[in-house]
Amino acid sequence: MSVLVVLEQTRGVYHRMSWEALAAAFELGLPVSAVVIGEPGEAAGKGLERLYTLPAMDYSADGYTAVLAQLIARVQPSYVIFPHTYQVRDFAPKLATRLGTVLVSDVVKLQADGTAVRQHFQGKLNSDYRFTGSGPRFLSIQAGAYRAETVPAGSPTVEPFAADAGAVCAVSEAPFRESSRAVDLTAAEIIVSVGRGIQEKENLILVEELAAALGAELAASRPICDNGWLPMERQVGSSGQTVAPKVYLAVGISGAIQHLVGMKGSKSIIAINKDPNAPIFEVADYGIVGDLFEVVPALTEAILRLKS
Amino acid sequence: MKIAIALKQVPARDSAPGAAESDLQFEINEPDAYALEAALQLREAQGGEVVVVSAGPARVTTAIREALAKGADRGVHIVVDNLHELDALGVAQLLREAVAGESPDLVLTGLQSDDLGSGQTGVILAELLGVAHATLIMAIEVNGSSILVKRELEDGWFQHVTLPLPAVLTIQSGINKLRYATLMGIKKAKTKEIRELAGTLTPALVVAGPGYAPSRSKQSQIFDGDPEAAAQALAEKLKYEVRVI
Repeated sequence: MSVLVVLEQTRGVYHRMSWEALAAAFELGLPVSAVVIGEPGEAAGKGLERLYTLPAMDYSADGYTAVLAQLIARVQPSYVIFPHTYQVRDFAPKLATRLGTVLVSDVVKLQADGTAVRQHFQGKLNSDYRFTGSGPRFLSIQAGAYRAETVPAGSPTVEPFAADAGAVCAVSEAPFRESSRAVDLTAAEIIVSVGRGIQEKENLILVEELAAALGAELAASRPICDNGWLPMERQVGSSGQTVAPKVYLAVGISGAIQHLVGMKGSKSIIAINKDPNAPIFEVADYGIVGDLFEVVPALTEAILRLKS
Repeated sequence: MKIAIALKQVPARDSAPGAAESDLQFEINEPDAYALEAALQLREAQGGEVVVVSAGPARVTTAIREALAKGADRGVHIVVDNLHELDALGVAQLLREAVAGESPDLVLTGLQSDDLGSGQTGVILAELLGVAHATLIMAIEVNGSSILVKRELEDGWFQHVTLPLPAVLTIQSGINKLRYATLMGIKKAKTKEIRELAGTLTPALVVAGPGYAPSRSKQSQIFDGDPEAAAQALAEKLKYEVRVI
């Protein structure tokens, strides 16, 4: 029994979730090896049995699937563990299918017996997943589920592995950003963030007044920016900005994981939501379960009273 | 161009977690609704046909009918009573049978489902069909036998990718504005074809246990009761403990 962790890096810079996936792998109590496509870099200092390196190549689902399938056939690991990045979502299900197995994606907890916990209904319920097939057990680990700093240091044998990427049918161009960001939410001390619960653009005035009373920056979850009610540059979450202010006040945000990964490092998290089961309350230090249309104006007034 | 939409019917967004099936209301999975809208817009620009494919019990026909009312041309209902016993591969295998029979130029689906959220169906389907795929798609441009798509990457980055057709795309939520079904559309949908296919179930390689409430990582202090009083209590915390007022 052994574990192979597929690390992600871009031009020599490791994705921080690579180390979190590695931390999860050590929970299994089995020998842990890793593979990287490109130079070994920082991974050569981790406490691995072995570090496999594959020739550097631009990302494509076809290419990554082809070379990793060859390595896995050679190494025969019992577990293959990935960070649950956007790139992994793009190729890991294909690779699992190619090898006749199934990926359990977005795992929040991995137990020593291989049971993997993942979330259903946008984080409202957990479910324990068990593998019943005989193929390698594929898992991808959710951002922030494990702590990167728990990975032991070491100096593994680095083993280059020659693999054939085969034909790649997708042609990818260089990544780009839409526009330079005029709003840097990462510098804000206090953020008032608004979600779907606000219902209509006209109601944004309520959170704008609250933000003004607190001297806070205004931010939003994805649906608000998708609707064009606030500009994209105010979006917090996996596809927007990652923030860690002194106070993060979430108004009408249920707390889907894509949002939580962008703000759960905040020092104090405050949630106002009508649904007591909303996952935002799992990370909140303080909360009000109630109708935001009543609570938010009352809170703005209470803050203004305390200030004067 | 012929476009197939793989669409899932899921419990409505505000459903109580773990409620019995008979107590649930169902709706079209939101990312799939954006995939449907993208398909309808492509057909309006290019001509062709939009075929809706959905697997599940009899109630799934409501979701298919809704898609037909919005403008899809035909439906295929893969009849399976226990979709929840399948793993991601099993679901994709059901869809593969139905989609392969249609030989579409393009298959669109949402990036993930609102209920299980595994985010794998489209990618596995592409591998089973032996065609190219791209995920988290924000825009689609058809250029003859290939397409240029805009993919979303992390942290506000994007990328253009060119793919040969046929291809499978998983669509990001919010890429277009969803249309409502018109009265005329609803009327027309009643006469549109929904073909039934018997689904072949493959044994799951991964089994999900029953849902349970997650344990809280933090002990949150909840203020409830009267909104005024709760707001006052929270404001005092902000002033005297969090010290931001």
